[in-house]
Formats: sequence, structure tokens, C-alpha cells
Amino acid sequence: MLPNEIYNNLKTEFGDAIIEYNDAQPTDPFILISTGMLFDICHTLRDNEEFLFDYLMSLSGMDLGENVGVVYHLYSMKYKHKLVLKVVAPKTDPKVPSVEMIWRSADWHEREAYDLMGVIFEGHHNMIRILCPYDWEGFPLRKDYKVPEIYRGMKVS
Amino acid sequence: MSDKKRLDLEYSTHDSDKMRINVGPQHPSTHGVLRLEVEVDGEIVSEVIPHMGYLHRSFEKVCESMTYPQIIPYIDRIDYISAMNNEWPYVMALEKMMDIKVPEKVEYIRVIAAELNRIANHQIAVATFGMDAGAFTPFLYFFRDREYILWIFEKLSGARLLYNYFRVGGVSGDIYPTFKDECLDVIKKVRKTNAEVMDLLIYNRIFIQRTAKIGILPADVALSYACSGPVFRGSGVKYDLRKDETYSIYDRFDFDIPVGKGEVGVKGDCWDRNIVRMHEMEQSCKIIEQALAQMPMEGDVTAAFPKKIRPPKGEIYMRAEGPKGDLGFYIVSNGSDKPERVKARGTSFVNLSVIPEISKGYMFADLILILGSIDIVLGEVDR
Repeated sequence: MLPNEIYNNLKTEFGDAIIEYNDAQPTDPFILISTGMLFDICHTLRDNEEFLFDYLMSLSGMDLGENVGVVYHLYSMKYKHKLVLKVVAPKTDPKVPSVEMIWRSADWHEREAYDLMGVIFEGHHNMIRILCPYDWEGFPLRKDYKVPEIYRGMKVS
Repeated sequence: MSDKKRLDLEYSTHDSDKMRINVGPQHPSTHGVLRLEVEVDGEIVSEVIPHMGYLHRSFEKVCESMTYPQIIPYIDRIDYISAMNNEWPYVMALEKMMDIKVPEKVEYIRVIAAELNRIANHQIAVATFGMDAGAFTPFLYFFRDREYILWIFEKLSGARLLYNYFRVGGVSGDIYPTFKDECLDVIKKVRKTNAEVMDLLIYNRIFIQRTAKIGILPADVALSYACSGPVFRGSGVKYDLRKDETYSIYDRFDFDIPVGKGEVGVKGDCWDRNIVRMHEMEQSCKIIEQALAQMPMEGDVTAAFPKKIRPPKGEIYMRAEGPKGDLGFYIVSNGSDKPERVKARGTSFVNLSVIPEISKGYMFADLILILGSIDIVLGEVDR
């Protein structure tokens, strides 16, 4: 199924929760959806017989200036079609629902996005840092990140 | 007498406490700097918590201040055992964004280099897995043969391990005159050693008893954890991007996708994941033979090099089948010569996340084998 057909199907089912469909070249077409309905939409995408997106290829955090975004790359083993989903949350309140219960691989990906980009995934069972030390401060992949000068009494160059 | 009785009594009423053991980060069987926090009940593992990040080099942050060609050497260092395969999805993504068609000869050189690197990677994987199980001899055999592959790479790119060979639009240098003969020679050596190792290690009764029926990974669990590569195929799923999402010129070659069948134990156990790697080496040999026969000897490998690498504004997710599984790059371009964001979906990172799930309930000594059968490189886990 092509991304624009998936978009139309989702639009009829979820209405306003599906915000935008973008297929500008050379971009992979993506669907921007509202944060609140993310879990339900993902659940439909995985279990609906038409979509069957059972493989979460990648989950990445994005710095969008005022906001942080999360990008989901999905793949279906049966139909071999792909989809890119995006959600956006403001940096002042970067909360996005967790999809860990839908795809187990999201567990570590979400921890990584929290660790490096500071997106807080609500409903994640273990929202702690994964690559940086557990007591590290700040989120390194944000554009306005400043490297701390001292970490545990050691100089950070 | 009374003392003994009291002791017995205490022992029987006391619940066997669970103990927490620390494995790593400096431990030879963790294959790098990985720390496992293991909770054991007697000798049975009841919980595993991996702690990583000891090798975190902030690859993604570094990329944001580098130009596109400058990033390629850093990509070599993600998974330093299979650097050729790592570079491929990255250059392919940029070529797709900038709409570059690479010359025919380059495609063949890339396939041969990538498949040779796949063999080298699987040799290390099987060798270290055998060593985890206590077999040291195959390790020496494999490392001896791997050397011949590294010599080819050295002549191609100038480096033994971190090649910086794939460039956007081509490869950094042409093949040398004796390339073809040396590749055929290596294939002959690889096949001979593999046949030996099959007898010596794979179908060895001790090795089977040690590795079969442990670390069983059912296909649905593997799918939910987004496993890929031999880990996924060991569970009996025919999933290989070279066939499922054919890229480059892989549709021109005739090869099979080996999957785990539960030949000596249960489908998806450690032995199955290992045998998939052994069979894949043979398939890679087949691909290289066909590629060498079809490859045009004339042509300029640098013909399609772009003058300036400035991909148009946009984003792309490109993945390719590395030896460990699908390695993907998510590249966001803002139209300048430096990327806005590069995200590497490390194969080992995703494959390692299944460890807590599949090692529960096995003996502590088996945990080491289960970890070895996943074939991780910590450089890729931590990035």
C-alpha cells in the first residue's frame, strides 16, 4: 500500500488527529500526527489487516528549534511497505506517549531519544539514560546544548 | 551435634536468596566494554540488565559539524569489523538524495567488497563464539584466513580495518590487476576452512550439547524486538534486505537465504544462529564468484563523483543488509554541505535489546554463549 493510500485510510478513521501528509521530493513521504492519538494510531497500524506494520525499523528524536520531534520508520514484513510517522512536542513540555507496548524494540530507542534529545515518553516502564552516564546533565543532541565543564570533579574538554 | 542440627534447620527454612553479579565491562566474553548486571538464583539466571555507553563517542553530534564526505571515516568506526558494509547505506542514501547513478563497475566492486567483508565478519563471529564454548583451534584458522581478505582490502583502500573506501558516486580507487585472482584464491581458502570447521566445531558433539536448545528466540519475539540479520534468520524467518528490498545489483545474482531449522535442537537456539553464519559465508562466496565473472574490467570508478556534495533539503532513511543485520541511516539535510541530523540505527544496539528476554531461565555459563551468538560489536551499540 502506498503512503498516500495509508494516509487516506487513516484520515477517514482518525480525522483531525492526522495533521499533514508531506511528499515533497526527495523526502520520503511522511505523515504528521497529533501527539495525543499516537498510541491508538500505532496500534491500528500494527494490528489492522490492511497495514500490518509489525516492524519498527527506527525511532529518532529531532531538534526542530522550538519543538522536539520524534520520527518513526515502520515496515511491514507481509506487504513490504514502509511508512514514516512524525509527532511534534514543544521543548517546554516534551512529552510523547510511549509505543513500547506495541513494538518492544521501541524500549531502547525511546531511552536513547530521551537520553540524547530529552523527549519524555509517557508510559515507558524505565525512562532512564542509556548511552550517557545515569547522572549526566543536559541533552547532548539538542542544538543549544552546552558541554558541562566539570563532571564529577573531572574536567570535560 | 546440636550445632549441626541447627544449621540444617536454618538452611532448610531459609529461602535461597537471589544474588546479583556484575559481568564486565572489562570481561573477555562480553566482546567489548559491555556491563551486564545479572541476577542469579543459584546458577540460574533470573534477570539480566545491560548497561552500556562505555564506548559512546557521540557520533551523531559529531556528524552535525562535519561535511558529508568527512563523516564516512566516522561511519567506519561504528562497526569496525565490517566497515565496508557500514559505508554502503550512507553513500547510497546520499546518492539517492542527489540522484547520482554510479557506474556499473562501481556497483560490482561494492558488492565484492561488501561480501568479502561479510565473510570476514562472520569468521570473527563464529571464531569468538567457538571460543566462548571452549574451542580455540577454529579461532586460529579463521583469523589466518581473514588475513587474506584484509590484504585485499589493504591493496584496494590502503587500510586494513577502517577503509573509507565507498565514496558518494563511486569508490576511492580502482581495482588492481591481480584483484580477480586473489579474490578467487581467498574463496578457495574460505571454503576449505569452512569445511574443516564444520567437522571440527559445528557438528562436534560437545559443541552441540553446549549450544543447542539454549537462548531460544521465537520468531514473533524477534519480530517485536526488530531483530535482523542472522539473529532473525536463525529463528526461521527468511528476511534479508538483499532479496526483500533489493538494492544495488543484488537482483542479478543467484543466492539463497539460509535460515535456522532447528536441526540439532530447537528452532531459534544459539546453534541455529551460528549455522546461519556458516551457510551465509558460502552464499557470499557464490555472490563474489558471479560478480567477478560479470564485472566489466573497463571503466572509471570516479566518473560519477559530484563536484560538491550538497543534498537538497529533505530527509531519507536508507538501510542495507550488513553482516549483523540491517543497518540504517536517517539523514536530514538542510541544503548545506553539513547534515542537520544523522541517526544511525545500530544493528547490534537493536539485537542486543533482546538479551534480557532470551537469557532468562538458563544457566549462567549459557548466558555467555547466548551473548556470543548475538554477535555484537560494542562500537555499534554505543556509537
